Amino acid sequence: MTQVTMTVNGKSVSADIEPRTLLVQFLREHLRLTGTHVGCDTSQCGACVVHVDGRAVKSCTTLAVSCDGSDVLTIEGLAKDGQLHPMQEAFREHHALQCGYCTPGMIMAAIDIVNRKGTQLDERTIREELEGNICRCTGYHNIVKAVAAGAAAMGAGEFRQAAE
Amino acid sequence: MTSTGIGAPVRRREDFRFITGSGQYVDDISRPGQAYAFFVRSPHAHAIIKNIDLSAALKAPGVLGIYTGKDLAADKIGGLICGWMIHSKDGTPMKVGPHPALATEKVRYVGDHVAVVIAETLNQARDAAELVAVEYEVLPAVVDLGTAQDPGQPQIHAEAPNNTVFQWHLGDKDAVDAAFGQAAHVTKLELVNNRLIPNAMEPRAAIGEYDRGQDSYTLYTTSQNPHVARLVLSAFIGIAPEHKLRVVAPDVGGGFGSKIFIYAEETVCVWAARKVGRPVKWTADRTEAFLADAHGRDHLTTAELAVDGSGKILALRVKTKANLGAYLSTFSSSVPTYLYAPLLSGQYDIPAIYCEVDGVYTNTAPVDAYRGAGRPEATFVVERLVEVAARELGKDPAEFRMQNFIKSFPHQTPVIMTYDAGDYAACMKKALELADYANFGQRKAESERKGLLRGIGFSAYIEACGIAPSRAVGSLGAGVGLWESAEVRVNPIGTVEVLTGSHSHGQGHETTFAQLVSHRLGIPIDQISIIHGDTDKVQMGMGTYGSRSGAVGMSAISKALDKVVTKATKIAARCMEVPEETVDFNDGVFSARGTNKSMTFGEVALQAYIAHKFDSSEIEPGLKESYFYDPQNFTFPSGVHIAEVEIDPETGVTRIDRWTAVDDFGVIINPMIVEGQVHGGIAQGVGQALLEGAVYDSSGQLLTASFMDYCMPRADDLPSFNVAMTNTPCPSNPLGIKGCGEAGAIAAPAALINAITNALGHENISMPATPQAVWRAAQASVRKMAAE
Repeated sequence: MTQVTMTVNGKSVSADIEPRTLLVQFLREHLRLTGTHVGCDTSQCGACVVHVDGRAVKSCTTLAVSCDGSDVLTIEGLAKDGQLHPMQEAFREHHALQCGYCTPGMIMAAIDIVNRKGTQLDERTIREELEGNICRCTGYHNIVKAVAAGAAAMGAGEFRQAAE
Repeated sequence: MTSTGIGAPVRRREDFRFITGSGQYVDDISRPGQAYAFFVRSPHAHAIIKNIDLSAALKAPGVLGIYTGKDLAADKIGGLICGWMIHSKDGTPMKVGPHPALATEKVRYVGDHVAVVIAETLNQARDAAELVAVEYEVLPAVVDLGTAQDPGQPQIHAEAPNNTVFQWHLGDKDAVDAAFGQAAHVTKLELVNNRLIPNAMEPRAAIGEYDRGQDSYTLYTTSQNPHVARLVLSAFIGIAPEHKLRVVAPDVGGGFGSKIFIYAEETVCVWAARKVGRPVKWTADRTEAFLADAHGRDHLTTAELAVDGSGKILALRVKTKANLGAYLSTFSSSVPTYLYAPLLSGQYDIPAIYCEVDGVYTNTAPVDAYRGAGRPEATFVVERLVEVAARELGKDPAEFRMQNFIKSFPHQTPVIMTYDAGDYAACMKKALELADYANFGQRKAESERKGLLRGIGFSAYIEACGIAPSRAVGSLGAGVGLWESAEVRVNPIGTVEVLTGSHSHGQGHETTFAQLVSHRLGIPIDQISIIHGDTDKVQMGMGTYGSRSGAVGMSAISKALDKVVTKATKIAARCMEVPEETVDFNDGVFSARGTNKSMTFGEVALQAYIAHKFDSSEIEPGLKESYFYDPQNFTFPSGVHIAEVEIDPETGVTRIDRWTAVDDFGVIINPMIVEGQVHGGIAQGVGQALLEGAVYDSSGQLLTASFMDYCMPRADDLPSFNVAMTNTPCPSNPLGIKGCGEAGAIAAPAALINAITNALGHENISMPATPQAVWRAAQASVRKMAAE
């Protein structure tokens, strides 16, 4: 067993865990933050995407111990004081989810795209950047619209990157 | 139309929990004291189990119990069932081998269930599973569908000689043979409908729990139909009587058919909970989903179309081999028979049709319904034939279709179905306009100047859904009725709870069903709750699949609402002291004609429960009504999809330049949700045609068992879609709804392959039309172009 300490959604957490514990397991099973999902076993589907130290990371392929001392942001940490993040709002407004299973990872990935590529995103960029997130329900049409709208809203509100 | 009633694009009420990560999927649930299950699966496609030695595994740390098929048999637990009887041409019933939840004598596909290890942690269960020593006598595997029935092949089930489950047919062979004798032209195609793996993003999961004090069980399961699961588990598998078994299907992350069926894993988990005295939780990993979720499609077909000298279709003849896999899954026998052949008339007036289908066992995963279930297979046959026939006859594919469209309704096809209402030409004309068909030639020339091949392809599909009229399907072999139930509970202060037997795993019922109630009762949508997914709350239902929740589920609600309004009107009349027939109900208000008296719905609800203002020997207090709605007919959504592609002959990459869909779904409750269903369906259809395909090697190993090897459609594989609707209301249900959930997956493959073959200039391509396949096929075109 090994001790790990990190900040998750702004709160400091410490635990004794087996070194082989994945970050997604730590979040879901130890912290009971079940919003981050597991959808595959080859690191392709993106349902597990969270932000570690401000960057999108696939938590199914990250050891919790490697996040010792890091700042982790999950889907549960996006809304502030009951106010949804503009990307969350955009997903609802544009019907960019159906079953909801890929949605947390999709939203976290989308915010990371904006952090890296800016708030004016065209369709081609969004589609290419979402290559690491699989959705079986929506056909991506509305996800693309939502990401573009969420990005613009993040720009309009002079919204700081989510991890700050 | 109000902003929250029928026809409004109301934003979904269920979204809040999904976008904030507070949904409750089965794997999110932890029951106190839960233990974890891991299944030992067969590494062989076909083998006799000689011995299972548990001695080392039982001693492994954390192990609570390890069980095999012998233990299930000792407890008299029944096998997994197929609920649809199919008879062969000679009248004999289909030949079915047993399907125990844990294999007893033989294993029949890679991934087949041999034992379950239950331990304190999942890691301990996995580690112990490696110590389970199974001695197999490996047998040769039968993997290839085309040769599985040949004499001398290994027999997978003793009950099914030549691995043949049934040899079924539909239609009039003599009439078809005669028509072919008269034909001026015959188009013939050999078609493969490639095997697919549904891959909902949420892997299957189950938690079984036993309460010793109550002698009752609870099963949490990723199911599209918790009541059907309870029915099967209690009546056929024998876990417990229904009233001692609660089944809960909470948030479920997609189904597409794969979560209809009752599988080994949840059966074993709920049974084993009593054996170990702890809740037992199992979650599939993605590899297990690939191996052991029911697969879809997998047909080999020879199809012929007979046409007369003026271009009129005379007859259609089809012969299909359908792969059913190693065991019959819950609805598998119905998919390549009654959900397939009755759609072979397409949108066309075809006087004679004959279809033969052989259902075949192979040493592969069981095959069952997957989005479209039989209708994508039928549409692919009809729409490829019609498109190729048009090309062979030198006719425009749109005009050839329109010449043969059914133009008057109702129309009795030669394959059981009576189409009730439609306007096929209207969809076609609108689609041609939206696709800018008129200028295709210009775009093609422009592509050619860049060294690219451009093609356009049509798919004019029709399907039968709103599954299904009970007596009709009963006469065709179904073991269950396919009605749907609704209970409308009006609470004393006028809020409403609707308990529905439908299940939502992405379809947005919490919103659309509430829109219907808001529209009828004139109450704000936030005063309405839609409850589904728990057999303790909803008495009985048949679940969600077959595009039935609108046509059947909402019709049940509509009829229950009729009863609510009738009773509320009576009570309002008593309260207002006016004759019943003078009371009108509009926009949530009961008003007495010729007076200034009125009451709101909420006020009437309260009076229903206070029961002071009416004679309770005449009118029962309370306001709660239910209805079991049985559809009178299938519904028949139809439409035209037009795909336009641009192929780079140097790389074989197919870029979808534009996708046009014009669909007739009848009345639409929420256009935003309906469009979303079309988008998702098209994506799965494009996946089938361009990217996906389950591949087994000759020894029965699944080569495509992860997202690395099985190509799922991603955002950059797809374009945005141009989607429109027409509306000829369905005459057979109270709301006029046809249903929309599967249409995109039904229409898309034919449209895409028609477009690709149009671009290539020849028909030699099969699904999936990967870049490698297209590149090879394009070399033939390039050589041809160079030679000209």
